[in-house]
Amino acid sequence: MLLIHCPYCDETLPELEFAHAGEAHVARPENPSAQSDAEWEEFLFIRRNVKGPHYERWRHTHGCGRFFNAVRDTVSDRFLATYPAGAPRPSLASLTGESE
Amino acid sequence: MAQAALRRFSGEALIEEAGPTGMVTLRGTLRSGAILSAVQGAVGLRVPEVRRAESGPRGSVLWMSPDELMLICEAGEAAGIAAGITERLAGEHFLALDLSSARSRFRISGAGAREVLAKGAPVDLAPRAFGPGDLRRTRLGSVAVAFWCTGPDMFELICFRSVADHVYEWLCLAARPGGRVHLY
Ligand SMILES: [Zn+2]
Repeated sequence: MLLIHCPYCDETLPELEFAHAGEAHVARPENPSAQSDAEWEEFLFIRRNVKGPHYERWRHTHGCGRFFNAVRDTVSDRFLATYPAGAPRPSLASLTGESE
Repeated sequence: MAQAALRRFSGEALIEEAGPTGMVTLRGTLRSGAILSAVQGAVGLRVPEVRRAESGPRGSVLWMSPDELMLICEAGEAAGIAAGITERLAGEHFLALDLSSARSRFRISGAGAREVLAKGAPVDLAPRAFGPGDLRRTRLGSVAVAFWCTGPDMFELICFRSVADHVYEWLCLAARPGGRVHLY
């Protein structure tokens, strides 16, 4: 069972209360009608599929209901950080103590 | 409309249907002076801290999320309270709505009450971790609930009305005589 810190409830809670919601920081096109098919495909479907620290969205579904962002290592399943939606993404160096 | 008799079950804990309850959802900037005074005026209580509930003679205020409160009051008072808040907050960005019909309320009390909840909710219910005024929105078994501690071994719980029968039966099953684990 993963333990996840909800930045809104400010408590570390069991995975059972949360839902995973895909990669974080995927920017929505400012002018969708101007997008080519290839750009739409990129926006909708193409994801980084990282092996290692991954920026991703989670939702505290059975709690405060809020979406937030997390950095989770996809190899170890360890959460390096969680932070409110809209907050800047923390640099990996600050989380792992290593240079990127 | 005739009111059905309220169900209660006495086992390792006492499980009681609370019956008709007024519930007003209030969304907005919770720390704004306008909301603070609206809540104070409506039920005479402070805005609770994160994961906390405030209770008094006129009702309770539950923290539901960073921008959402639930005001618990007498059945029949909710529409008036929602209208009063709406009037008081005119010009602010907010929502106040009588949602009394959306949810059902239960009381769980007695020596086994903590264990009954702990059997279905991923919450540390040890007395030092969860005491009077503490609240959690979480799940019980497979459904969403919120519960808060109202006194030593006394809890109140709300869930969506559509799953209220299931929650009542779930609580009764968890409270069946002989089911204590004596964890707490
Ligand atoms: Zn939360």
